[in-house]
Amino acid sequence: MASDNDLILRMEHINMFFPGVKALKDVTFNLRRGEIHSLMGENGAGKSTLVKVLTGVYSKTSGDIIFCGEHINPKSTLESQKMGISTVYQEVNLCQNLTVAENIYIGREPRTRFGAIDWRTMTVKAQKLLRESLGIDIDVNKNLSFYSVAMQQMIAIARAIDTRCKILILDEPTSSLSEKETEKLFEIMRNLRDTGISIIFISHFLEQIYTICDRITVLRDGSYIGEYEVKSLPRIELISKMMGKEVKEDEIEANAVKSKPKDQKFIETSHLTVPGKVKDLSLNIREGEVIGLAGLLGSGRTEIAEALFGLTQKSEGSIKVEGLEITVKNPMDMMQRRVAFCPEDRKAAGVFGDLTVRENIILALQAKNGMFRHMARSKQNELADHYIDLLRIKVSDREQRVSNLSGGNQQKVIIARWLATQPQLLILDEPTRGIDVGTKSEIEKLAVTLAREKGMSVVFISGEMGEMVRTCSRILVIRDHEKITELAEDEISEAHIMQAIAGDYHGHA
Amino acid sequence: MDMLKKFSRSSLALPLAALALLLLFNAIFVDDFFKIQVMDNGNLYGRPIDILHRCSSLIILALGMTFVIATGGVDISVGAVVAISSATCCVMLGGDISGIPHHPFFLAILCSLGVGILAGIWNGTLVAKFKIQAMVATLILMTAGRGIAQLMTDGQIITVYYKPFAWIGDNIPGVMVPTAMLIALAMIIFVLFMDRKTSVGLMIQAVGINQVASRYAGIKVTAVLFAVYIFSGFCAGTAGLIEGSLIRAADANNAGLNMEMDAILSVTLGGTLMIGGRYFIGGTIIGAITIQTLTTTMYALGVPSDCLPAVKAVVILLIIVFQSEKFKQMFRDRALRKKELKESGKEAANA
Amino acid sequence: MRKFLSGAIASPHFPFYVTAVLFVILFGAGSVMFEGFFSPQVFLNLFIDNAPLIIVTVGITFTIISGFGGIDLSVGAVVALTCMTLAVLMRDTSLSPFVCMVIVLFIGLAVGALNGFLITFFRLQPFIVTLGTMFLCRGLTAILSRDSVPIDNELYGELAFWSLPIGDCFLSLGAIVALIVVVIATVVLKFTAFGRGVYAAGGNEQSARLMGLNVNAIRLKVYMISGFCASLGGIAYSMIMLSGYAQHGLGMEMDAIASSVIGGTQLMGGVGFIPGTLLGVMIQGTILTIISFQGTLSAWWTKIVVGLLLCLFIVMQAIVNEHKNKLMSLSAEGEAKKK
Repeated sequence: MASDNDLILRMEHINMFFPGVKALKDVTFNLRRGEIHSLMGENGAGKSTLVKVLTGVYSKTSGDIIFCGEHINPKSTLESQKMGISTVYQEVNLCQNLTVAENIYIGREPRTRFGAIDWRTMTVKAQKLLRESLGIDIDVNKNLSFYSVAMQQMIAIARAIDTRCKILILDEPTSSLSEKETEKLFEIMRNLRDTGISIIFISHFLEQIYTICDRITVLRDGSYIGEYEVKSLPRIELISKMMGKEVKEDEIEANAVKSKPKDQKFIETSHLTVPGKVKDLSLNIREGEVIGLAGLLGSGRTEIAEALFGLTQKSEGSIKVEGLEITVKNPMDMMQRRVAFCPEDRKAAGVFGDLTVRENIILALQAKNGMFRHMARSKQNELADHYIDLLRIKVSDREQRVSNLSGGNQQKVIIARWLATQPQLLILDEPTRGIDVGTKSEIEKLAVTLAREKGMSVVFISGEMGEMVRTCSRILVIRDHEKITELAEDEISEAHIMQAIAGDYHGHA
Repeated sequence: MDMLKKFSRSSLALPLAALALLLLFNAIFVDDFFKIQVMDNGNLYGRPIDILHRCSSLIILALGMTFVIATGGVDISVGAVVAISSATCCVMLGGDISGIPHHPFFLAILCSLGVGILAGIWNGTLVAKFKIQAMVATLILMTAGRGIAQLMTDGQIITVYYKPFAWIGDNIPGVMVPTAMLIALAMIIFVLFMDRKTSVGLMIQAVGINQVASRYAGIKVTAVLFAVYIFSGFCAGTAGLIEGSLIRAADANNAGLNMEMDAILSVTLGGTLMIGGRYFIGGTIIGAITIQTLTTTMYALGVPSDCLPAVKAVVILLIIVFQSEKFKQMFRDRALRKKELKESGKEAANA
Repeated sequence: MRKFLSGAIASPHFPFYVTAVLFVILFGAGSVMFEGFFSPQVFLNLFIDNAPLIIVTVGITFTIISGFGGIDLSVGAVVALTCMTLAVLMRDTSLSPFVCMVIVLFIGLAVGALNGFLITFFRLQPFIVTLGTMFLCRGLTAILSRDSVPIDNELYGELAFWSLPIGDCFLSLGAIVALIVVVIATVVLKFTAFGRGVYAAGGNEQSARLMGLNVNAIRLKVYMISGFCASLGGIAYSMIMLSGYAQHGLGMEMDAIASSVIGGTQLMGGVGFIPGTLLGVMIQGTILTIISFQGTLSAWWTKIVVGLLLCLFIVMQAIVNEHKNKLMSLSAEGEAKKK
């Protein structure tokens, strides 16, 4: 046990109630000076609630927070920020319409003698801060919207560390970063740790936790499970602690039986080009096959999926479905040809939060049938119940609003929506991102089962190599909007995929 | 009890309660409020009929507005379109004192409705094609619309002496119920049919909740947006005919003045949120009737017409405060605290 | 040339430049078409005639920038209430005109505070709330008096007719106040923490909250500013009309919104520039002046032309935004390549 002097933060016996729900039950969390500490748990385990109690978004029902030896009870984010607790959230929480410099200094702008904002000093300070602490050299007088999401994330971090924070909370900061950018972020995190800042790091990527963190605190169902040294906690044990059951290695590692593709080609493209998005793509997808699109974030995986679904229009090349060349103007054209697409961004492009589970499930089928061929209510109920049952969607009843479901169940609702249209080709773009481990393996299995038993073609896109290895029977490797190689089933392994992405592996052929 | 609880949570509860309160007030303070007579000429007559008659065009406008608001938009040009539509009809019929129309009556009606639809296409183009915010897009026609109507009537008030023109707003000889009410009823039936028997409503709500996801789900967002603005324009055209017919003239300055505001109010009173998504047809209709009942009540009490807005405002502000999440939450919190206190009291007693 | 154009379009003040160019073109067209149009006094008259609208527009611009569907529909009604209150106070009491003015300014502040309170505390939509207070103020005005009430206070009349000579020309008191309001508002929005907070709240409310800004306080202040500006505009209006009447300022809120949009304010919040909105008002004024010089055109042409201009500007904004996005993705790619 570390001595009290080493601990910058102690949260003891924290309880937190929402009306009717006990969100945190007697949770303990200790943070040492100058460490990177990961908060782990499945969705709904209470990670974000605990963080929000610490940052003053929620106020705890009971318990003690001791920060730098003093009892604190922050009532707002501003208050916690002033004490030295800063947070960088998953979605960039800055203002797109303000300049970079303002985003860093808003609320504490440098002033001139007359009390007006001193724009010149602000510019200079911002430039210096970005250069010195993060090694970034950009024009800080341009609007934030001018820069990429990754850059915005860095700017958010710059803002956080400039408030002279003692604790920096990073809540899923890497989900929109490429591998290279993540590397850079880790380097910055290590530097900050060495200057004595304590970092709380929340991420769904196990790999990253093991790369960067010193210790892990695990939560489950709002309860404290334990605190562990990263070095002494094997991954498999961590997962079983998070899930609350023993997990056998093979269960997550492999779906032993993969699907056997048939010879029938369902969709074929040749030299397909979408300006700025897809470059000269030739591929074919057979029936009963799970085909993976691997590549780094921003490599053009999603763009290929969008082109296949008719969301973007080609400038050159051709698309053939079941041997017939077709022209595609909008998603409906592809839906009529039994193509379905679960988009990457569940919240922005997937669910309709205010609609019920039933309505969310029947929506695509209804759109496909046309507005004036209305499904009878009994038919709708039957469909909804069927898929709620089939995919084991946890709902109180089918008229529940989707916004009240957890992320994993929302994802299942979207998959149900597309299965209801009886597709032949199902495109799953990052179907497991931000979803708890249990649901994740369910979805992986589903993809394989659909292909094996129903002869469906599945396109599976994921940034997680392990997942691709477990599900796909063929993998296309994408880089810079181009297909660089294909891996056949016997070549698929994490190492090969990574080598292929790096350009060092070209397959048997 | 359970029914009551369920009802009190339903979206219709508040507008209905407000209307009931108003009616109760009227029943006590206004003599013979609910009395309906059959006049010598066979027409129905009485305050309730009067209210429904007068709010017919508002109901029609509000129906169109409900769909627009459900998609997350708003159409503030309807008042101006009412003016254009009534001007069109009157200009087509002409102001001959002999009562002989310049053009056939049905052609004039078709043109008025056509103008309404045209206005809807204009708004729809701006919103759906150019992706301009609905309020800004419809502001254009709101500003220019009355100018256009005045241009058509040359700044004059054209009075129409052609008899059948009056039938649209009032009774067709031999029919007990005013035609305007029948038109409104037909519109309500049409809208309910679209809502219940087709999936138009679901698509509209989907677009209002999440446009991007709608596109990904195969909904033709542009077409849906176009459709709601065209329907709103059509409603405004119809309302324009009624309004023109009621005064038997085209008054470009005052026809449909502030009606867009009343229509939006009806929709919000009915429980539909301005941010779009879920809509409530029944609520909208009750909202429109409530507004008209309030007006009629005030007249019955002798409040002058230009002081009326103040009373209307107070009622409206109160209702939207009652409807707000925050207010409900305050209420719930208090109930919860009471319950907790009771329980802790019990525990103490047990101990 | 293309590069220059791209640069200009990417600049945050692009709509302002366009508005300025348009104003010059309109004023130039008037000068070419009509003799006596091109004179300093005609130009200054734009300020004198539109002083109330300028002041009101500044206030409404604050509410629009602050986001959350920010808008203040009550301003026209507040103008009417202000004029009426002034007229009635001066008729029925012996209060000094200055005291009366202070009283009406407080009324404006109170209406703004009511708007702000309902919007921030109950999280109601500004459109509906201010629509409600618009009806409220119109009704109150009519309750005060249903007929027009003349203002015949001598001192007040002197104030109304007072003018500042500039060379051969002059500016009225209202116009001077309007210009001062424009300058103050511009400075506040650019150089104070509150001003930047207004933009932040309009840009991304949640972020603004997480960055520690008190968004509710900002919004409350914004609506109070708008109420204050509306009553100040009302005073300027009463100096032109010298009467109180229930129909004063009818539809002024829509003129103000139109001016603001022509001046480059975006109704979704977070973007707006006060000097631009001043130009927006002056463009409307120029159209009116041209029509009055022309003599045979009817007044309703103003509405049609303003509608067309609105259309032009809104479509332009839509195109510019699209173009901007393209520019940005290009520059982002360029940056990525450099690395």
